[in-house]
Amino acid sequence: MIKLDSKIPEGAMADKWKNYIDHAKLVNPSNKRKLDIIVVGTGLAGASAAASLAEMGYEVKIFCYQDSPRRAHSIAAQGGINAAKNYPNDGDSVYRLFYDTVKGGDDRAREANVYRLAEVSNNIIDQCVAQGIPFAREYGGLLDNRSFGGAQVSRTFYARGQTGQQLLLGAYSALSRQIKKGKVTLYNRRDMLDVVKIDGRARGIITRNLVTGEIERHAAHAVVLATGGYGNVFYLSTNAMGSNVSPAWKAYKAGAAFANPCYMQIHPTCIPVHGDFQSKLTLMSESLRNDGRIWVPKKKEDAEAIKAGKLKPTQIKEEDRDYYLERRYPAFGNLVPRDVASRAAKERVDAGHGVGPTGIAVYLDFEEAIGRLGKSVVEARYGNLFQMYEKIVDEDPYTTPMMIYPASHYTMGGLWVDYNLMTTVPGLYAIGEANFSDHGANRLGASALMQGLADGYFVLPYTIADYLADQIHVPRFTGKEPEFNDVEKNVNERIKKLMSINGKQSVDSFHKRLGHIMWEYVGMARNEEGLKKALEEIPKLREEFWKDVRIPGDTAEFNNELEKAGRVADFLELGELIARDALNRTESCGGHFREESQTPEGEAKRDDENFTYVAAWEYKGDGQEPELHKEHLTFEAIKLVQRNYK
Amino acid sequence: MDLTLKIWRQANAQAKGKMVEYKVTGVSPDSSFFEMLDVLNQDLIEKGEDPVAFDHDCREGICGTCSLYINGRAHGPDSGVTTCQLHMRKFKDGDTIFIEPWRAKAFPIVKDLIVNRGAFDSIIQAGGYISVNTGGVPDANAIPIPKVNADAAMDAAACIGCGACVATCKNASAMLFVAAKVSQFANLPQGKIEAKRRVQNMVAEMDALGFGNCSNTYACEQECPKEISVSNIAKMNREFLSAKLCADVKDI
Repeated sequence: MIKLDSKIPEGAMADKWKNYIDHAKLVNPSNKRKLDIIVVGTGLAGASAAASLAEMGYEVKIFCYQDSPRRAHSIAAQGGINAAKNYPNDGDSVYRLFYDTVKGGDDRAREANVYRLAEVSNNIIDQCVAQGIPFAREYGGLLDNRSFGGAQVSRTFYARGQTGQQLLLGAYSALSRQIKKGKVTLYNRRDMLDVVKIDGRARGIITRNLVTGEIERHAAHAVVLATGGYGNVFYLSTNAMGSNVSPAWKAYKAGAAFANPCYMQIHPTCIPVHGDFQSKLTLMSESLRNDGRIWVPKKKEDAEAIKAGKLKPTQIKEEDRDYYLERRYPAFGNLVPRDVASRAAKERVDAGHGVGPTGIAVYLDFEEAIGRLGKSVVEARYGNLFQMYEKIVDEDPYTTPMMIYPASHYTMGGLWVDYNLMTTVPGLYAIGEANFSDHGANRLGASALMQGLADGYFVLPYTIADYLADQIHVPRFTGKEPEFNDVEKNVNERIKKLMSINGKQSVDSFHKRLGHIMWEYVGMARNEEGLKKALEEIPKLREEFWKDVRIPGDTAEFNNELEKAGRVADFLELGELIARDALNRTESCGGHFREESQTPEGEAKRDDENFTYVAAWEYKGDGQEPELHKEHLTFEAIKLVQRNYK
Repeated sequence: MDLTLKIWRQANAQAKGKMVEYKVTGVSPDSSFFEMLDVLNQDLIEKGEDPVAFDHDCREGICGTCSLYINGRAHGPDSGVTTCQLHMRKFKDGDTIFIEPWRAKAFPIVKDLIVNRGAFDSIIQAGGYISVNTGGVPDANAIPIPKVNADAAMDAAACIGCGACVATCKNASAMLFVAAKVSQFANLPQGKIEAKRRVQNMVAEMDALGFGNCSNTYACEQECPKEISVSNIAKMNREFLSAKLCADVKDI
């Protein structure tokens, strides 16, 4: 039976983190080298945590499924990273970043965690500049900023359209330095297949070497999961092909509560789907909304003509264009938060105003920006994004408006963690996108990079010491303990079972079908009937998977189909939990929109009286209903009010 | 589109490989090169054959995982793109397409079209960083950096570590990869302090790993999906020479 204790420190909001640091337990340098820490994942959170922990003196083992830690999906983040530096002198502060993040999350985040995030945001920028990250600069040599959705200040630092890449390469270089020093051991091309507990505490993991197929044991005093989000449950998403929920799912099955799985972010500016063979959706950075204007034709017949290829968007007169975000939300215009922008696009498309060959797209237009700023300025700001668009769609966005449509992008839900970032399993931590804590029901742009690096550089190194201080007398684990035997046996049996099915359908075909169910019934707008339908369909599909999936090849070799099968098997379980959580939450909030709960104007309507809580689900065994635990959210610094971007 | 594919198949690092012919039909010109290979693999799986193993992940041209040598060119016929950004509209109906892995001594084959690029990680570990620990650093705006230098650093830093430069070089040289990292830091004041040590260590590691010498053909710049300039190699050579001439570098 799980007991949720958020362990929020005493004191006023602005003093909590300071109080925590003042009183947290420490580990002295000679003891640190006797303590082992496993970090799974080498994205911003994992790489920054592993490097920082190794610098402090711990012995670290780090794991990734990719061929190199530099390839983790943080690398694909484009737009930027937020911080409360207030360099542009436009009224920003730690409090305002905290406020915007909680409000952007639709009052469903834990205040104390978000305040800490805003506090350490400035340290991140300092750290990154010291590492040699080439942020954009002004002619005077100082750092440049731009604005992002959900904020009225310019607080976003960026490195062209490749901010995630540059920040990740910074963390990767710090990690590489520690690998060279022998303080971090790197295990690449490894899938984490389970977590091992000894006397209730996380003490290791079981991995599969993806090249040789060998099953391996790794032991440590603590385990940190930095394994990212689960957006690939939709099959088509902006996530990398290999991004998966499996490590977090194994943690859930080992006793870690899974929080708010239904909070998923559908990003408004992605390149639309073009065919059945499609494998992936490409994001166009939200930064484009700084200068691009979103519109659809006012008249349905114009939309029809465009769809039929008889009319070009440039032929539609200004007065016949509906800039629907500017019309509906004059205060924020094209810079409303992502969930609001996504739903507004769906609303227009559903009403028959969509454009493009499929009719499932809206325009993002730079004509006005090019007129105002000149082509060269637009090119300097967004050149690489325009090039990417042109390569995929074969149209020139400088002369014809881009087509965009929302797609699954980020997951706010994840493993439940307390203020220490520890899950409900002692010694098991979750950082970055893998946890649930900072973004509430919706994440603002440029906040994912901030959270990943905050957790890894500046939060976990403090909070993990508080746990490890009590562990200094615990001798190193060897992996020969009987608990490792048991878990390894289960892992081997599952692989054997998957290989023995020898059915007719490929892993991808199941993944696609799951994606269809999720997008149809658990997507941008949800209702009771659809969610119940999903709860019927997903278990049926899962059953079919375990009877009819075909995995060619052998276990003791490089076998990509086997890797994917394990991941899809877990997605088939997760999908059900997402639907269950979405069904339970009858209010609309952030990325979770229940059709039953909206205002007469079609805006999301929250139900603070009944749902101001974190839904944390406890695994009760296969075939059993999970148990819901509630962490009630209290708001001290911010007043609970409905969001308003009008 | 109907296509004939000739693909390098090799079961593992030790096995002997060979080119194998496959046919794919009904490929949409709007699909990406990998979506075409997905269609082939789906077909092979249904027939009970082993699908073709290839490296890929983000499928949007930034992670650097994909690495196919297509019709004798790294990342195929288009310029300024990775394999995952290559679209079938660059080919014609009825084409025969040759698909091979990167070929370089320092990149041994893992399976089929997948190679081990761990050598690139080793080069970065030898010095591709600024030696600062987490915390205790100055304010981000404490050192103004001229925009031109920051932009030049960013141009070099855009490298995705895919290895196309090595694959396309007749000497399998890693000079462009190493130069990009050396040049990024050489353009920034933060990187100057360790510049000499960095360039010597990285070059020594590159040589030890079996990469060849620069061929001076500029093929690397041609095939680089991020269009990293060979002028970075000149900058690295200057850095390297000045480090060599400088007597005070003992700690390398």
